Amino acid sequence: MSRALHKDVAIIGGGLVGSSAALAMRRMGFSVVLLDKGFCGAQASGVNYGGVRRQGRPPEQIALSQRAHAIWPRLKDLIGIDGEFLRSGHLKLARTEAEMTSLEAYAARVADLGLDLELIGGNQLRERFPWIAGDVTGASLCAGDGHANPRLVSAAFAHAARHAGVDVLEHTPVSHVEKTLDGFHLSAGSNAEIKAGFVINSAGAWAGPFAEAFGEPVPLHAIYPSMIVTEPMNVFMNVNIGAEGGGIYARQVERGNCIVGGMRGEPLAEPDFSRPTGSGAVTIMNRAAALFPALRHAYAIRFWSGTEGEMADRNPVIGFSRTTPNLIHAFGFSGAGFQIAPGVGEVLAELVRDGESRTPIQAFAIDRFARTTQGSRADNEPELKKREAAQ
Amino acid sequence: MALLKRLSRHELPLVPFTLNGEACSGRAGDTVLTAILTQSDRLRLSDFSGDPRAGFCQMGACQDCWVLTSDGGRVRACSTALKPEMSLRTITEPRS
Amino acid sequence: MSDAIRPLIVGAGPAGIRAAQTLVNAGVRPVVIDEAPSSGGQIYRQRLVPDERSAKDLYGSEAAKAIALHETFAQIRDRIDYLPGTLVWNLHDKAVDAVTGQRTRRIAFSHLILATGATDRVLPVPGWTLPGVFTLGGSQIALKSQGCAIGDKVVFLGSGPLLYVVAWQYVKAGANVAAVLDTAPFSAKFHLLRGLFAQPSVVLRGFRYAAELMAHGVAVRFGVQPARIDGTTRVEGIVWRERGKEHRLACDAVGYGFSLRSETQLADLAGCRFTFDTRDRAWRPERDGAGRTSVSGVYIAGDGAGIAGADAAELAGERAGLALLDDAGLPADHARIGVLERKLASIQHFRDILESAFPFPEAWATSIADDVTLCRCEEIAVGDARAAARDQGISELNRLKALTRVGMGRCQGRMCASAAVEVLASTCGRSPDAVGRLRAQPPVKPIPLEVAAEGEAA
Repeated sequence: MSRALHKDVAIIGGGLVGSSAALAMRRMGFSVVLLDKGFCGAQASGVNYGGVRRQGRPPEQIALSQRAHAIWPRLKDLIGIDGEFLRSGHLKLARTEAEMTSLEAYAARVADLGLDLELIGGNQLRERFPWIAGDVTGASLCAGDGHANPRLVSAAFAHAARHAGVDVLEHTPVSHVEKTLDGFHLSAGSNAEIKAGFVINSAGAWAGPFAEAFGEPVPLHAIYPSMIVTEPMNVFMNVNIGAEGGGIYARQVERGNCIVGGMRGEPLAEPDFSRPTGSGAVTIMNRAAALFPALRHAYAIRFWSGTEGEMADRNPVIGFSRTTPNLIHAFGFSGAGFQIAPGVGEVLAELVRDGESRTPIQAFAIDRFARTTQGSRADNEPELKKREAAQ
Repeated sequence: MALLKRLSRHELPLVPFTLNGEACSGRAGDTVLTAILTQSDRLRLSDFSGDPRAGFCQMGACQDCWVLTSDGGRVRACSTALKPEMSLRTITEPRS
Repeated sequence: MSDAIRPLIVGAGPAGIRAAQTLVNAGVRPVVIDEAPSSGGQIYRQRLVPDERSAKDLYGSEAAKAIALHETFAQIRDRIDYLPGTLVWNLHDKAVDAVTGQRTRRIAFSHLILATGATDRVLPVPGWTLPGVFTLGGSQIALKSQGCAIGDKVVFLGSGPLLYVVAWQYVKAGANVAAVLDTAPFSAKFHLLRGLFAQPSVVLRGFRYAAELMAHGVAVRFGVQPARIDGTTRVEGIVWRERGKEHRLACDAVGYGFSLRSETQLADLAGCRFTFDTRDRAWRPERDGAGRTSVSGVYIAGDGAGIAGADAAELAGERAGLALLDDAGLPADHARIGVLERKLASIQHFRDILESAFPFPEAWATSIADDVTLCRCEEIAVGDARAAARDQGISELNRLKALTRVGMGRCQGRMCASAAVEVLASTCGRSPDAVGRLRAQPPVKPIPLEVAAEGEAA
C-alpha cells in the first residue's frame, strides 16, 4: 500500500542544508517532509573536515557566512548539542612572500565585512604559535572562526527537525519529481507518494539530475576530500589551521585527535561511497609531521573521505529555479558548505515564507552559468588551484 | 609489582634496557611487553580516563600496549622485540 | 617458472603457508606478506629465539603439525618473496600498500589470497580493562612465545575449545591455574558425543584436557555467569554467579574469550560481498568451497574466512591455491581437490557440533550493566551505546559508531564490534545480522605519520 503525504514543503536531501532548512521551516509553521536516500547527514555534511570558517571565502559569500556565524554558538539551544563547536580561531598560513601578499590582499578585500582578520608576521607567528614548524612567512588569523564535529552536527539537525514535527524519511530516494498544477508530485522509496507546494533541491552531489529534470543543467561534479585522523595526542593545536595555496588543513579536537586533510580520495564501485587513496594519505601524513613537530612520532589511526558536489566556479547554487515556480535549489557547496549550511537553512525558509531573503544570494543564482559563455572548468583551473586554500 | 611470571627461558642471555630511566634487564627473545610486565604491572594510562592498562590481546590487534621510547617514538609492546639498550617509557602521566 | 601471474598471499599462518606451497609446487612465485617476524601464524607461532623447550612443550598434541608446517615454510622460503614484519594497511585496485617499519610500498598483484586469521572474540565484563586481564589467545602467546604465565594465580573464563586448551597448557607448563569458568552449561558438552564420529581424536583430547585439569585440582565450573573482575589498579579477584549463587575467587590474572572472530578488513577493502554466518554469529566474506570470493582473483582461506580452526586452515589454504592455479589456466591436481573438499566438509560438520558445545552467551547483551566499558579505546560505556540507540533511533552499526565513537579508536572495532552488535541488536529489538557490520577503512591498523613511501615494487 502506498503512503500518501501532503506537505507544504518537500526537501530532497537530508544533509545539513536540507535538515537545517526543514527545522527552520517547521518552526515557521510549515508542514515539511525531509527525504534522504540514506541516513541524513551521512554524506558531505557528516564526513567533511569540520571547519567552521569564514576566512578565505569569496566576498559574495560573507554575508551568508556571517548569518551562519551567529547560529553556531547557539547550537545547544537549537539542536540539543553543541556539536563540539570550538571558537578556536582559524589561522591561515603563508609559506612564501607571494602567499603572504595574497593573504594581505584578501584581508583588504574583506576589510569592511566584519571578519576582523589579523595579519601576523613570521616572528610573531613563531612566538604565538611555537608548535608550527619551519618556513612560515606569516599568517592571517580570524579569531572568531573555529571547528566542530560534522558527524554529530548534521545528524542532530535532522534529529531536531524530526522532533519538531518534520516527517523525516531516511532510506527513501526520490525516484520522480514533477510539477503539477497546484505544486509538485514526488515518488520516493518503495511506496511514498508526496504532494507538496514547494520543493527544495538540497541533494548535494546528487542534485544535478533534479535540476536537469526541470531544464536547468549545471556544471556539478563530485569531489572526494579525504582526511587522516591521528591517535589522541596532548592538546597543542589551539587553532584551526589552513594554508594559503592549499595542501594542508588541520585541527585538533578536545579529545586529542588531530584531523588533517588536503588531498582527494577516489570513488568506490558503489559511487555513494569513496575512500582515501593510499598515496594521498601518506602525503598528508608526511606534511602533517613536517609542519607540526608534536606529530612527528604520532600514528594515523583512521582515514575518511566524503562525497561532495563541486561547482565549476566553486560557488553554490542557492535560490529559486528560473524555470519552475516554487522550486528552490541549494547545492554545490564545493567542499566549503559546513559553516554556512545552517545560515542557508534559514535563507531557504525565508524564501518559502516571503519569496525573498534578507541575506543577499544573487551571486548564487542557478542561471549564472547560462549567462556566461559556457565557462569550462579548464578555463577556471588557475583560479581553482588558488582557491584550494579555501578548504 | 610484576604482572607476568616467567616459567621458562630462565637461562637465556640477559638483555639490558632502561624503563622510565631505571636500569632493567629482560631475556633474549622477549617482546617489549614481556620485558616490561615482568618488572611492572602497567604499560600505559588509557587515553580518556587515565586508568592503567597492560595490554590485552598480545597479538597486535587491540592496540592497548603502546609504550614510548625516550626519543619520543612509539612502539607496540607486544609486537616489538626487546633490543639491548632500549630506552623505554611507560605512559605514566594522563594526557594533557 | 610462470611469470604470467603474480599472486600475493597475506598471512603466513597455516592457510597462507599451504597456499604458498601449492603455488610454489606449480612453479609460481608468490609474494607472502606477514605481520609477524616469523611464520606460523598465531597457533603455530614461533619463538623469537630458541630456548630449552621442545616442540612438544610448545605445541602439545599439535607438535607434529607445527614442525611439518615450519619445515614446509623453510623449504619454500627461497621460492617466495617473503615480507615478514609487514602490515598490509590498504588495498585498492589490484595493489596493496604495505608498511615495514617506517617504509611503505605499493605492491601490485594479479591474484590475492587472504589468510588473515582471527583474534579472540571478547565481550566486556566489569573490570575487563584492568592490568592482568588478557584474551585467551594472548594468554597462550605469553606462554608459548614468551615462556610466561599471565600471573601467579590465573583464572580462565569464557567459551570455546581454546578455554580448555590454554588452561591445560598452563597447567602442563607449571602455572597455577585457580579455576576454569565455562559460561556454557555442562549439558551443552553432550553435543560433543555426536562429534566422536566426525573427529574422535579431537573430542577425546578435549575430554582428556578437562579430566587432567580436574586431576590437577583445577576447579572447572559450568554454566557460569561472569559478574565482575575485581581490582583497583590490577586484577585482585573474580566474581561469578552459578545457579543463582555468587562466588568469588582471589586471583591476579584472568584470561578470557568467547571463541574467535575473523579478521576481514582486507576482504572488505577488496570489495568482497559479505554474508552473515549464523554459526560464527558474524559477517564473513562470501566464498565458494574453494575459497573464491565474490571478487574475481581474490581468494580467502583459514579463520579469516570464518572460524574453522588450524587443520581446516591448512586444507583451505591448499584448496585456495589450487583454485587460483585452475583459474589462471595452470595445471591443478583435481584428485587432490576432491580429497581436500571431503576433509573440509567433515571439519565443517564438526564445527557445528563444537558451536553447540560452546555456545555464545546470548544473555550477555541484556544482562551487562550500563556502566561497563564497551569500547576500550575510546572508553565508551555500554549505556552510552544503548542510550544513543534508543534516543536517536539508531539501528545500524556504522551509525552507532558515527554518533557514539564505539569502534572508532586505535583498534578499529576489533575488540568491541562483536559486543557492540549484540548491544545494539538487543536494544533496538533486532537480530544481530540486521544491524549491519562496520565498514572497513584504511589504515587497517595504525601507521606512523612519518612513514616514507617507496616506489612500486616490480
